[in-house]
Amino acid sequence: MDSFLLEALVNGILLGGVFALPALGLNLVFGVVDVVWLCYAELVMVGMYAVWFLYTQAGWPLWVAFAACLPVVSVLGLLLHLLVVRPLLAAPPINQVLATGGVLFLLQGAMTLIFRTDFRSLGVDMPPMEVGEIFVSGTKLAAFCAALVGAALLWAFLKFTYVGTAIRAIARDREVMPLMGVDPQRIYLIASAVGGALAGLAACLLVVQLDVHPFVGLSFGPITFMICVMGGLGNMLGGFLAAFIMGIIVSVGGFWGTTEFSYVVAFGFFIVTIFARPRGLFAR
Amino acid sequence: MRYVIPLLLALACIPLLSPPDYFLHLGVTVLLTAVAGTGWAMMGRYGLVSFGHGAFLGIGAYTMALLWNMAGLTPWVGIPIAVILAALAGVLLGYPCFRLKVVGHYFALVTLAAGEIVRILIVALRDHTGGSLGMTPDRVPPDQGLLAMQFDKSGFWWLALLAWAIGLLAWWLLDRSMASKALAAISEDEEAAASIGIRVTREKLRVTLISTALAALAGTLMAQYRMYLNPESLAGLGISLQIVFGAIAGGMYAPLGPTVGAIITIGLEEVLRIAFGTEFTGGAPLIYGILLVLFMIYLPRGIVGIVERKRRSAAAPLGLPVGAK
Amino acid sequence: MSATLELSGIHAGYGDFQALFGIGLRVEPGEAVGVVGPNGAGKTTLLRVISGLIRPTAGSLRFGEQDLATTPAHLLPSLGIAHVPENRRLFPHLTVEENLKVGAFSPAARAHFAERRDRVYDLFPRMKQRRHQLAGTMSGGEQQMCAIGRALMCAPRILLLDEPSAGLAPIVVKQVFDLVRRIREEGLTVLIVEQNVAQVLRVVDRAYVLETGRVAAEGRSADLVADPAIRRSYLGGH
Repeated sequence: MDSFLLEALVNGILLGGVFALPALGLNLVFGVVDVVWLCYAELVMVGMYAVWFLYTQAGWPLWVAFAACLPVVSVLGLLLHLLVVRPLLAAPPINQVLATGGVLFLLQGAMTLIFRTDFRSLGVDMPPMEVGEIFVSGTKLAAFCAALVGAALLWAFLKFTYVGTAIRAIARDREVMPLMGVDPQRIYLIASAVGGALAGLAACLLVVQLDVHPFVGLSFGPITFMICVMGGLGNMLGGFLAAFIMGIIVSVGGFWGTTEFSYVVAFGFFIVTIFARPRGLFAR
Repeated sequence: MRYVIPLLLALACIPLLSPPDYFLHLGVTVLLTAVAGTGWAMMGRYGLVSFGHGAFLGIGAYTMALLWNMAGLTPWVGIPIAVILAALAGVLLGYPCFRLKVVGHYFALVTLAAGEIVRILIVALRDHTGGSLGMTPDRVPPDQGLLAMQFDKSGFWWLALLAWAIGLLAWWLLDRSMASKALAAISEDEEAAASIGIRVTREKLRVTLISTALAALAGTLMAQYRMYLNPESLAGLGISLQIVFGAIAGGMYAPLGPTVGAIITIGLEEVLRIAFGTEFTGGAPLIYGILLVLFMIYLPRGIVGIVERKRRSAAAPLGLPVGAK
Repeated sequence: MSATLELSGIHAGYGDFQALFGIGLRVEPGEAVGVVGPNGAGKTTLLRVISGLIRPTAGSLRFGEQDLATTPAHLLPSLGIAHVPENRRLFPHLTVEENLKVGAFSPAARAHFAERRDRVYDLFPRMKQRRHQLAGTMSGGEQQMCAIGRALMCAPRILLLDEPSAGLAPIVVKQVFDLVRRIREEGLTVLIVEQNVAQVLRVVDRAYVLETGRVAAEGRSADLVADPAIRRSYLGGH
């Protein structure tokens, strides 16, 4: 195989790892609360600003800034649930989605107000590594590994804890949960906090690869939604796999054409997928 | 609807009073936004929630502008072509969606993807469209302005008013037709509707055709009025959400709801722009976002919805509350 | 430890639709009580009111000293009230053991998870064999066992069973009622809602007949079986 193509493929897999985290978070929240957080990418954007601010402005060590980012975005997820989603739990889905769409504008506006529209860079980079014939960006590889660790931790949480098991159960049958002694409201809160923390982790991985600005969410938000839908809304494993498919399409598509072209191909692939499998690639 | 015709006549007379340009500018913007919102609401009220209506504004506007700049085709001809093309794109997207029962969240996100595709295509075809920097239709000397649809604000006032009247007429005709009952049945329960002989795909396609055509009409006139096109304001998630918000804020179940919504959104934008100026960029979307959240929580049926509910409950105090099932 | 479940004058419904009109019902500790009646009589609604999924619009609802009408539904398992819902409502994509784990969600139950799970496995050895199987892939009778096992994980004092025989083959129905009998022998109080009147009257001590949201008759099982009107309406009898 052409070594450049191979490099594009490897980069696609690395990119898929980064797409996977927000897709997991979004799917977790949707599966449990049954609400699409249209502002999910903006939560990630706020997390990116948090890391940038703590590291370059407040002078904290990078890893401390990373560690702080998770609880910050997690709390943001909690607030989003308590202030916006909870009052609308009984409302039609369109109203729920639009309210979180309002939060999208709110967060973009707030960050513009505080940090202006300048592109901010963390200015850290790791040297590329030569593996066989191809070069792999050290930053991307590290981000990929961190994403896998995050996904594994999430899996263990869902598989082995009582709350995690209840989360998997509630995604299928909400109404019966009180009979199990489960307060759905509490599970919603936990899922929102975990969903926020995943956005925080995604922010840490993205801020080393992308400059942050108030509208950066629009560059990866839509594709995150498409990944979730492709995998089947609420289907965590499906979303995880779909992230890699999309990562590879974007990366390999960019190898043959421009970046925009690769996104058009990816989105087109998404639409065709939905026509072929209206409930997602991995629907049972 | 009785009050609409006198209202239209009154509005049509306004440019004769030579009001300030700023007033006409706001009026044209409100009317065109209302046309897009009316188009969106024709689908939205039947549960066909599109997050990609910006795409149809964009397809319409860019088709018209490219036909003018590259082939010299006047917008008078270009607009009908652009509207037909955009409506065809809507049907092209809608047909498989409806046929394969892509509904609810899935439909919303498919339309979101379609909107993004259009936005990215506009950016990617930068050799012709100017990419994210935008493009301007070629100007003509003032004496050829009429032919090129390049004239002053009063001219666009009448054009926008015409488009708005077309939107209301489409709404009124749909409301009176059997299609409206069929669509209401479909939005209640698609399978039950199909089982009593309603042709679900066909009904949905028809309303999609009208809805996307209206959106495209609004898009072409907006572009021609501003003499400037860019992908952010004519395609993509931002503008799509703004259309939806306008329609919902005003009330998507009443014919004048989206118009009231357009007055609110445009008015709000202006007030925020004047209040914050360039000093506090970001203040406007911040407050806009907060209001959007508050609207969804406290006024989910929109302003007109509240007014209608009051009126209905006054007229028939024993009747079911609006929206009861 | 033991407590009496006591309902009086319960009115309840869904929105504008009223399903129950002044129901009175009493279950003493250690008793097995049936609620029978035709479709739409309000039997399931009654159980849903008891376990807090629907709030009564009037009337009182007590379990011992506890006022259930104001207790949040998710606290009931900790009070010793377990509800096996209609159609079992297992989590089909979770394993048998994970289903039991969800049943032991309340903090008090978690500490006893291993011990209670083993008790359920003693009671239903089949469940032990299938512990790592996805619940949705089991037969109807096995699913009913799993659902009852899941309810037992909170160590209930009273077990509410909603149509345990619905949708099962006759031979499995018999197994399910044998199960209920065994649970009774464990000393558990049981309130069971059934359409299969003939079967249920063999298992319970007393029963209530519900018709259009009202108690039409009540009495000891033997008396009800002997009642000509009941025989005619529910036992297909002569």
